[in-house]
Amino acid sequence: MMLVTILCSVPVSALIQPQVGWKATRFKQSPSLPPQGGCPNFSLFFFFLLSTIFITLTPACLATKDTPGDTKQDLSSMIAQGISGLVRPLLSGLKVSKTHFVYFCKVTEQNCIRSKQVSRRGFSSTCKLQCASGESSSADPVTVHFINRDGERLTTTAKEGESLLEVVVNQNLAIDGFGACEGTLACSTCHLIFEKDVFQKLDAISDEEMDMLDLAYGLTETSRLGCQVRIKKLMDGLTVRVPVEVSDIRSQLEVGKQSKQ
Amino acid sequence: MAAPARVGLRRWLSSRAPAPRICVVGSGPAGFYTAQHILKHHDLAQVDIYEKLPVPFGLVRFGVAPDHPEVKNVINTFTHTARSDRCAYYGNVTVGRDVTVGELQQAYHAVVLSYGAEDNRVLGIPGENLSGVYSARAFVGWYNGLPENRDLKPDLSCETALILGHGNVALDIARILLSPLDFLRKTDITDCSLAALACSKVKRVWLAGRRGPLQVAFTIKELREMINLPGTQPVLNPADFTGLENAVKDAPRPRKRLTELMIKTALEKHREKAVMAQAAVPRQWGLKFQRSPQEVLPTADGMRVRGVRMALTRLEGSGDSAKAVPTGDMEELECGLVLSSIGYRSLPLDPAVPFDTQHSIIPNNLGRVMGVPGLYCSGWVKRGPVGVIITTMNDSFDTAQSVLEDLQEGVLDVSVSKEGFGAVGSILRSRGIRPVSFSEWEKIDAAEVARGKAAGKPREKIVDPQEMLQLIGH
Repeated sequence: MMLVTILCSVPVSALIQPQVGWKATRFKQSPSLPPQGGCPNFSLFFFFLLSTIFITLTPACLATKDTPGDTKQDLSSMIAQGISGLVRPLLSGLKVSKTHFVYFCKVTEQNCIRSKQVSRRGFSSTCKLQCASGESSSADPVTVHFINRDGERLTTTAKEGESLLEVVVNQNLAIDGFGACEGTLACSTCHLIFEKDVFQKLDAISDEEMDMLDLAYGLTETSRLGCQVRIKKLMDGLTVRVPVEVSDIRSQLEVGKQSKQ
Repeated sequence: MAAPARVGLRRWLSSRAPAPRICVVGSGPAGFYTAQHILKHHDLAQVDIYEKLPVPFGLVRFGVAPDHPEVKNVINTFTHTARSDRCAYYGNVTVGRDVTVGELQQAYHAVVLSYGAEDNRVLGIPGENLSGVYSARAFVGWYNGLPENRDLKPDLSCETALILGHGNVALDIARILLSPLDFLRKTDITDCSLAALACSKVKRVWLAGRRGPLQVAFTIKELREMINLPGTQPVLNPADFTGLENAVKDAPRPRKRLTELMIKTALEKHREKAVMAQAAVPRQWGLKFQRSPQEVLPTADGMRVRGVRMALTRLEGSGDSAKAVPTGDMEELECGLVLSSIGYRSLPLDPAVPFDTQHSIIPNNLGRVMGVPGLYCSGWVKRGPVGVIITTMNDSFDTAQSVLEDLQEGVLDVSVSKEGFGAVGSILRSRGIRPVSFSEWEKIDAAEVARGKAAGKPREKIVDPQEMLQLIGH
């Protein structure tokens, strides 16, 4: 029973980590493990631990589905702190698992910088851009509306000076395949369509931007690349449209077909 | 009590619905974008990506030019996908040899073929196999460290090179041949190619195409880059552009701007050439139009290329569908290096997979392979070897959409559970194949980056697969 408990404690902690994505917070705050004398009653303690983890993780997992980034992180850091407080004494008591715990710290330390910057949605086509994160917001945030390919309106706030690509990536907007080259004028996936009056007030387009824009599907007279357009105060309430791709026309047809049945 | 805990808290917490297991063959942009789209739009699907080389990323690593590192930024998003829980990477597995498509179909609910185009179209003219004639694909593979092309040893001892083709690959090669060495030194071009280019005597590169300026397939960014390449002079014949300014007045903006740039360059440089006269311009490049290669001419000893005989053509029709028809007139162009850049080509993978030999693609409808339920394709093997990464991205999303639809509508029966890599792993083991995991690739990646650091390069690519495997202890 004791062997099984010892064997279980490490894989269980390994299983827990990927679920909630709280690696970074958990291991960043673990200093030395508190010493513990004597051997507690493993079976009862372990059962208690498992139940607590189970109960706290269930809402966390449910919360990870569709909530915006911030909510998920707050909830998961609370859970991380709670579990970390529970697990440490258990592991130190078990003694043998201390090395494993330290190992996880070392491995995930390297990953935790990256995981902070990586999009929390999981599978966006662009990794989080490093520029805008962590900066304190300037005077007044600007409201921007993105009309997605399926017609859904995504409303978000942006800071002055942020590019529209940065807004999409940092706010985790659900726009497939946006910003593949990460704002280096090497693709046209951040192509956006503006309203005429705003379009005319944008900064002049460079040859380099136009060269890449020329390759975009669904090019219009009021098209620009999102990575080259920076937010200005006059853009408050701006509405931009994500151009429909060939595959989108097709999926709209499919949806139409199904609804007719 | 402990046993269920070991089996997995994760399984308890996730829904009771079965997880679809999808297999993707090929780890280039098509494979990764298809995987990414499926994983993003299906909460349970698990995707395994197989790759014949130990290292991933396909043409992003082996096709994109070394001096275009920004285009390779997509590797970051692919890495993120590969590292996610529901995705696994298996390198060093050649589908069709180490495991058959049939065996994959047994192990997975759906199999997506995204293995691209590993071959090239042939000219089909006499002398094509003479020494000094190479396919553009092999040449690009050589300077980008593709293992199968590492021993190419192209002969760069001649002054004039002729590239057949007017696409971006042709421009890439021209640029690599004529770039100042200092530009290339800081890129991830292989050490071996850099050394060869340092000894290169090539100072003139012609790009010849069968049709006219309105039919060029290269894009304006690459053309502009070539025009502005330091130490080189563009040679464009103004006569090739007479009347074209009018012809493109109402053309779509991309074609119009591209043509206008060529016209401007032809007229400007023509005037400047007269002024510069005897100024020592180290290197030249130029576009030749309406020339169709008929024969590669050998040297006196019959061993190497000394020139190419070209048929002059005229155009029938206009725009993209214009056809080049020989006029009967001929021209001989002297050169010591010929690069045939007339297109990549896919090859059939497995007898179980239908293949259209005329177009060299897998016959499909919206990514669903015709006549084979549960089999899909995306990328170049589906559409043909045309387009840039964004084209492949949209196409892959399209195929992924077909897979998702079929999952939703029950066309793919997920009530039957499949073993995925559980089954394939034992098959591979029994055949002595040891797959490379993504974290093992990251070790190879780290080693390449470390080696490159000393030379001020982003990485020094390892070109020998055996060396890669030894590095990770296989």
